[in-house]
Amino acid sequence: MTPGYTLLAVLGRSALGFVLGRQRALSVAGGDARRLHSLPVYYGSSVLLFTAIPALILLAAIAFLHPWLGAAATGPVPAVLVLLAALVGLAIATLRITRDQRARNIVEQAVKALLIGCSLIAVLTTVGIVASLLFESIHFFRLYPASEFFLSLTWNPQFRGGSELGIWPLLWGTLYVSVVALVVAVPVGLMAAVYLSEYASRRTRAFAKPAIEMLAGIPTIVYGLFALITVGPLLRDYVAQPLGLGTSSSSVMTAGLVMGVMLIPFVSSLSDDIMNAVPQAMRDGSFGLGATPSETVRQVVLPAALPGIVGAILLAASRAIGETMIVVMGAGAAARLNLNPFEAMTTITVKIVSQLTGDTEFASPETLVAFALGLTLFCFTLVLNVVALIIVRKYREQYE
Amino acid sequence: MTPKTSLLEPDARTRRRNAAERRFRAYGLAAIIVSVLALFVLLASILANGTGAFRQTFLHLPVTLDAAVLDKAGNRNPDEMKKVTTVGYAKLINKALVAALAEKGIATDGLTDKQLAGLISQEAPATLRDQVLADPAMLDQTLTVDLLANGRVDGYFKGRVTLESAALDSNTSPEQLQLADKMRAAGLLSVDFNPGFLTRPDASDLRPEAAGLGVAILGSAYMMIIVLLLALPIGVGASVYLEEFAPKNRLTDLIEVNISNLAAVPSIVYGILGLAIFINAFGLTQSAPIVGGLVLTLMTLPRIIIPARAALKSVPPSIRDAALGVGASKMQSIFHHVLPLAAPGILTGAIIGLAQALGETAPLLLIGMVAFVKDYPSAPPEGFFDAASALPVQVYNFTTRGDPAFVERASGAIIVLLVFLIVMNAIAIFLRSRFERRW
Repeated sequence: MTPGYTLLAVLGRSALGFVLGRQRALSVAGGDARRLHSLPVYYGSSVLLFTAIPALILLAAIAFLHPWLGAAATGPVPAVLVLLAALVGLAIATLRITRDQRARNIVEQAVKALLIGCSLIAVLTTVGIVASLLFESIHFFRLYPASEFFLSLTWNPQFRGGSELGIWPLLWGTLYVSVVALVVAVPVGLMAAVYLSEYASRRTRAFAKPAIEMLAGIPTIVYGLFALITVGPLLRDYVAQPLGLGTSSSSVMTAGLVMGVMLIPFVSSLSDDIMNAVPQAMRDGSFGLGATPSETVRQVVLPAALPGIVGAILLAASRAIGETMIVVMGAGAAARLNLNPFEAMTTITVKIVSQLTGDTEFASPETLVAFALGLTLFCFTLVLNVVALIIVRKYREQYE
Repeated sequence: MTPKTSLLEPDARTRRRNAAERRFRAYGLAAIIVSVLALFVLLASILANGTGAFRQTFLHLPVTLDAAVLDKAGNRNPDEMKKVTTVGYAKLINKALVAALAEKGIATDGLTDKQLAGLISQEAPATLRDQVLADPAMLDQTLTVDLLANGRVDGYFKGRVTLESAALDSNTSPEQLQLADKMRAAGLLSVDFNPGFLTRPDASDLRPEAAGLGVAILGSAYMMIIVLLLALPIGVGASVYLEEFAPKNRLTDLIEVNISNLAAVPSIVYGILGLAIFINAFGLTQSAPIVGGLVLTLMTLPRIIIPARAALKSVPPSIRDAALGVGASKMQSIFHHVLPLAAPGILTGAIIGLAQALGETAPLLLIGMVAFVKDYPSAPPEGFFDAASALPVQVYNFTTRGDPAFVERASGAIIVLLVFLIVMNAIAIFLRSRFERRW
């Protein structure tokens, strides 16, 4: 019997348990549900739980221990054990039913445990991320000296050995692209938010706001393709080549510009929220003193909202650092330390993708370096997010 | 004493301030215009590049399906007919092409038979073979068959290939393209709607004309089913606990901080998690929708939990109090009253989360979905464990190919992806406007 059929059989017996439990409760009460502590449904459900849970735990344990059990796991024995557990649970739970049994409390406790389990998945995910990154990174640093990784200025993986895996060229590319993206996104996003919240007529708002939000809903692969087939060749033919700055269509500028467009809605919607939180009384006071709307924005609203806006920018920066598809398709694959924004450079995320895709041997430092890069990326974005969240939260409390 | 300034005539300082005001306003307007323009250019560029993928050049040839060649045993048994490879079908097609050209009186200008065959896609014999194996009654008839034209011929009619570029191309020649022009005039060749783009599997580098999205759409659909089945119940469960039951303690704080951080973890990190845990530790197969579905579930969870909690929070406490007042237990008040009232908000958030998951690419690259998959996955649940592709990954895959014809395919795939996203978001907006209650 395969685990799938065993599972089906357990579920079938659970359904049977539900019906039996409900019947039994009614017969104990002499057919009058009012004489029971709980509704008959709860008695049925409690039997269902006692039938299913022990059997399912056993089934999961067998599936988990599969590699160690060997031949014993494939025979009929485990299935029989599981079904036996289900039947024993069913029998005990059915026989235990009395008129005063607190069946609803039992079921509600179980549901609550299930709900707690659901919330713990978030914690488990974090544990999984940190554990997988840490273990494989430690594995990597056993094969490759950490000092080289953090201090070397060259990135030159050789699959025959003797690679140089310095993180600096990748870090430089990542930061360069992110800075270009923020230089585009922050002024445009901020001014768009100011215009929408302080100046725009209803009709402009009704049209422009969804349009900007639509930019946020577009998948990054679309931006990546846009960078690859439109922005890259355009920049190369009309800017880089006439200026003699480079002949590559994938460049820091290409990826940065497109990523900047992607971040506009992110900056604008966050700063819109934050500026809306500035009390109207402060604006009114400024107008009362004779300030123009722009003076009010620049001298009252923006300074008051500054901490929150800084938080928003930090969140946008963390997005930019972790962004993958735009840089994979727009920034190129050459790891260099260079100032020219029209040259192809590469980022941490690009190298994670390139080191982990394709046929790679999993024990070589050239593959494992991806986990060390992932850990670096995770730490970077985590710090940025935490700082940003603290700033935004502090700021919100200030005006509440 | 006469006043130095007049109320009717603004002084220099007022003029300067007013100018600054106008400038500031113009910057704001410019920012809006830049953003909207960027959206417009982005969509226009994708549409301009991609619509070609939905149209394809086909040859319409009367092919005689000679049973003596295709079914030597003569008993119409598909298993025995499988012995005839695509080479046998290719010969029939080439013969049909030569015959059709002769019948229409089109001079072949000294093109060899091999060059004539070069007009037809290398995939065409395989397609014909599949058709015949599925329906052996076709044998010994002369049927007009629609055959895919070669990618270069297709590119010629779409303006991607010109006679000048063909002269430099080893895969085609100006003479072949001119012949194609004549065939089009004679009705042997036409550019039609191409349903195969949506249903065919991916094709190799040399056959861009045959590449389709069938496997990718199926793979994406499977993953979305998994995400919906896992992320929605788990997300709702977690938000109900955190919003309604959780006591204020360390554990709850830990969970809350975790969820807000997970929402901001770069998606590629989830790919690393999937590779290390689901593939290396649990031993699930690479490029299976189950792995992609699990990774996307973990990624989508915080994006479902956050709006679900907001929806639960917006249900007024009077509802809970009323339910408790007539004797419901806390659990009953939540599951019978609060949750149904919050359902539209929760569903809206879930659909938007699902739409984001559908467009996610980076984590899927790491778990091997980028591999070339030509076989359709079988029906679920077994199909969840078969290798498959996914729509956004297929786009990336197309862009890594050498032939420029794949750029058109990539943009076409994006159009399909965007249509799905628009439909999902439209459903979300509809749900919100139709069912969401303001208290």
